[in-house]
Amino acid sequence: MESRKTAAARQFIEAIPHSRALGMVLDSLEDGVAVISMPYDARFVGDPQTGVIHGGAVSALMDTCGGAAVMSHPTGVIGTATIDLRIDYMRPAKPGDRITARAECYHVTRSVAFVRATAHDADMSLPVATATGAFTLERAPTPKREGSA
Amino acid sequence: MTKRAKPEPVQVVKERRDAALKAIVHGVPYIQFLGIEFERRGDELTAVLPFDDKLIGNPMLPAIHGGVTAAFLEVAAIIELSWSLIWEEMESGRLDPKTLDPDHLPRLPKTIDFTVDYLRTGLPRDAYARARVNRSGRRYASVHVEAWQDNRSRLFAQGTGHFLMPDRSDG
Repeated sequence: MESRKTAAARQFIEAIPHSRALGMVLDSLEDGVAVISMPYDARFVGDPQTGVIHGGAVSALMDTCGGAAVMSHPTGVIGTATIDLRIDYMRPAKPGDRITARAECYHVTRSVAFVRATAHDADMSLPVATATGAFTLERAPTPKREGSA
Repeated sequence: MTKRAKPEPVQVVKERRDAALKAIVHGVPYIQFLGIEFERRGDELTAVLPFDDKLIGNPMLPAIHGGVTAAFLEVAAIIELSWSLIWEEMESGRLDPKTLDPDHLPRLPKTIDFTVDYLRTGLPRDAYARARVNRSGRRYASVHVEAWQDNRSRLFAQGTGHFLMPDRSDG
């Protein structure tokens, strides 16, 4: 059974209008690692001759997943926004397959989070795309201790 | 004195160019899904993303989803590049836009990589983008794209992408 925290995060992510429009589902979320997937949909096709999903839809999935990973980092993150995101497209996603992104927030400073992500279709041997990004990081204000400046 | 060819009637020129542009843009389902349209002045294109609730990424602000911004920039870049590729063929008469139905579209370039800089929050209103092909080789191309909302000089995002050119051996 998923934790209450994950359930809340799922509700939050699945309530984002654009994530809903793309049918995104939060598969797991824990300590700076997020897994979000998206169904194949003919409306998201970028190349009508092959039926391959548009890179932009994969970008949206990667961006959402990256943001979720940052939010789940165990240092009290209360807000984030993408600073930059680079996506490398390894191969076309197979038409008909669900696409699953896994993002990992692998380092945080006081105000910046660094994220890497991969996206797969049903074939797990080679990613469809990989991404790296920097995100802003807002933390809950720490209570002032006596004697501190 | 050499006899100069009579210029084409302006309406013929406009119809040809608009038909070709429409065929490329309307042939891609995802561009229709996001509601992106293109405005044309001569060969200059401006991508327009009319605001819609389904584009929201942060309902509290509200703000456009970063993924929408990335997709908008990538679409603007690909269409600009495709447009620059068919322009010569179209103007020389080798390509007849009337033959461009969904099954006979020019092959689109494939994205190798794409980088987006998010400069400002995407506000809940229309967005515009213009792309510039900085290098267009036989196999690879590099395209830069800028997007803004209210003020042309205050970009809310910019991007650079590298693209693999479509195979044109059969063309």
